[in-house]
Amino acid sequence: MLVEAGHFALALALGLSLIQFLVPLWGARANDPVLMAVAPTSALAVFACIAFSFLALTFAYLNSDFSVLNVVQNSHSAKPLIYKISGVWGNHEGSMLLWVLILALFGAVVAVSRNSIPMRLQANTLGVQAAVTIAFLLFILTTSNPFTRVVPAALEGQDLNPLLQDPGLAIHPPLLYIGYVGFSISFAFACAALIDGRIDAVWARIVRPWTLGAWAFLTLGIAMGSYWAYYELGWGGWWFWDPVENASLMPWLAGTALVHSTVVMEKRDALKVWTILLAILTFSLSLLGTFLVRSGVLTSVHSFAVDPERGTFILGILILFVGGSLALFAWRAPMLKQGGLFAPVSREGALVVNNLFLATACATVFIGTLYPLALEVLTAEKISVGAPFFNFTFLPLIVPLLLLLPLGQTLAWKRGNFLGTAQRLYAVFGISLLATVVMFAFTYGGPVLAPLGIGLGLYLVLGSLNEIVTRAWSKGTPLAAAWRKARGLPRSAWGTAIAHAGVGLTVIGIAATAWGIEAIGSLKVGERLKGGDYEVRLERVIPRVEANYREEAAVLTVFGSGRELGTIETMKRLYVTRGMPTTEAGILTIGLGQVYASIGDAQPDGSIGVRLYHKPLVLLIWIGSLVMAIGGGISLTDRRLRIGAPVPAKAIPPHAVPAE
Amino acid sequence: MTRKQRRLTLIGVAGCVLAVALGLVLYAMNDTIVFFNSPADIQAKGVQPGTRIRLGGLVKEGSVQRGADQQITFEVMDAEAAVKVNYKGLLPDLFREGQGIVAEGILESPGVFRADSVLAKHDENYMPREVADTLKKQGHWQGEANAAPKTQ
Repeated sequence: MLVEAGHFALALALGLSLIQFLVPLWGARANDPVLMAVAPTSALAVFACIAFSFLALTFAYLNSDFSVLNVVQNSHSAKPLIYKISGVWGNHEGSMLLWVLILALFGAVVAVSRNSIPMRLQANTLGVQAAVTIAFLLFILTTSNPFTRVVPAALEGQDLNPLLQDPGLAIHPPLLYIGYVGFSISFAFACAALIDGRIDAVWARIVRPWTLGAWAFLTLGIAMGSYWAYYELGWGGWWFWDPVENASLMPWLAGTALVHSTVVMEKRDALKVWTILLAILTFSLSLLGTFLVRSGVLTSVHSFAVDPERGTFILGILILFVGGSLALFAWRAPMLKQGGLFAPVSREGALVVNNLFLATACATVFIGTLYPLALEVLTAEKISVGAPFFNFTFLPLIVPLLLLLPLGQTLAWKRGNFLGTAQRLYAVFGISLLATVVMFAFTYGGPVLAPLGIGLGLYLVLGSLNEIVTRAWSKGTPLAAAWRKARGLPRSAWGTAIAHAGVGLTVIGIAATAWGIEAIGSLKVGERLKGGDYEVRLERVIPRVEANYREEAAVLTVFGSGRELGTIETMKRLYVTRGMPTTEAGILTIGLGQVYASIGDAQPDGSIGVRLYHKPLVLLIWIGSLVMAIGGGISLTDRRLRIGAPVPAKAIPPHAVPAE
Repeated sequence: MTRKQRRLTLIGVAGCVLAVALGLVLYAMNDTIVFFNSPADIQAKGVQPGTRIRLGGLVKEGSVQRGADQQITFEVMDAEAAVKVNYKGLLPDLFREGQGIVAEGILESPGVFRADSVLAKHDENYMPREVADTLKKQGHWQGEANAAPKTQ
């Protein structure tokens, strides 16, 4: 019964979204406050319906209701509780439901922050957002219904894909979707501005927190996915330039550009048309990612069961929204009042350079990801565009951007002085260069790129630190006063510095992978395998039987320069229901580096294959991403965003409610 | 600076960055792209030894030999030809004789291939798409229900 109620609530949400789409847009056009006021109410109702529907599906999973097809295909009564919950979105239908749930949640949050958003803008924004909701609800209801029943009910489920039976599934998709879907709000605000034909610094101030929040979540989602792939797939890579990874990287790059361009718009009332275009493109790239993952045009770890009908439907949605919004842009953008131009050497000039490099880098990823698809359609020739392509095109565009980053961060608004700025960074540059030379001398004969990359990362971290220090302290200031001044700096200044330092940490982590060591061998019990300074000894192999899998666990003792450092276990599992084997890596963290081992098949002579890696500083890749997201979060708490946009005095209620 | 000069500066910088990016992409397209070939394609297209390719097909039954230190050889075949593959490393979890795989590496001579990575499917009822297409083309497709995730 509850399952049918969930299905019905979803249909109800579709009807309510239609109201949320039509009435407010009409109201904004007719300038009728009563009609515009329908927007927040209906947005909340849509969210309530979808949330109920999602809970109904979750309940079916928790109860292992095997009369529901989706539960039969993706669950099993013996599955641990956490995977019963996360399994709800571990499949195509359920993850689409999570997608619209988050979409509706964002709509609801826009609806309750009514005091900080002008009424017209809110009505138009929620109307545009409802159009996205309608499209995806139609998609779910017509092609991907998670509530379909099976008669007769199955006795047991087919279990979840074992690769997904991991805590990563509980965290990675929700974070990623909050990021992807969060950009729908920037998109809706952009379309609303175009419909209204008016855009100003207030608009930028309202949109910025949404973009920044979505960006921070997307950063976390991508980093989490990368770490998950690293430990779950058992071969030690953290980024594969897989088309699906690129599908998440493209909106991240465009979103990063957007976060920066809205600053210019807010501070200097410039770059308006470009910012609007960027908001549209960012969400279009999110939709493109959804299409690539779910249409079956790609083969990847992430692809779901292929159904041509679904692919066509999502392609339709993609064309409708990308085409529609770009047409709207082409029609209305020339009417927007252009902001002023500004000096090339200035903070805003530097942010334009940032946008230029990020957008171009995003374009190379786009070409590398879609070219093989286009070529196959046109010539039937199958090619693969892999890491060498992206290393050759993406890195040369990102490295100059990173080199310029501390300079841009230090430049003043309006009229910057390039030499003066460079002077403030002499020390930072000198220390980083010295560190690079020292590392190079110590690792002479090793990979050249590692010291260079680490020097670059160090330069970014120190450059950010320098920014805070020079703003708070000058020669002769007592430390206590400098500390007070530093604490008094705007939160956005701290957020910027922290996020940029995070970029530096990630760069160091990536560069250090060049020093990684890999060794492969066949080991019998008691034998050792050496990889660089580290060594493992196979102690024993233990067979185990768990609720939904059997495994052989190899226990390895790790030695470093002759000392015993600890033991790790790496497993070969067989998930019984699906008959599917998986490998679980054994990882020992030493400082910021990791010793990583995984096992292969047993050999005829009784030995087993072992792959051993030492990855120095590898954790910095993800710690850096976490720091970036934290920086974004701190910027979000900045006073000027917290108090929201200025509104006419009469609209301020007795207790002003914060925007977030 | 006048308005016009400022605008020209911006356009100039943007043009330079875009031109560099375009140059890099075009160069990389020539140099770093790897073509997919089935064993039959290697003969038909005359792929030169020393070329980096992706080789896809079925692992021939009974051809897998494991040597010392994870040195593995096996044959990848399609309906018309077979190629011997040398690989050092751990095979993916779902590597099986008689099933589809994709290997990337260097063609050493027309019948011998040295792989540096081997990809198999990612769950039990899936065939790498390229391999499935080749078999369909050659008329040996037996149909696999529910194609789903791949590799690696």
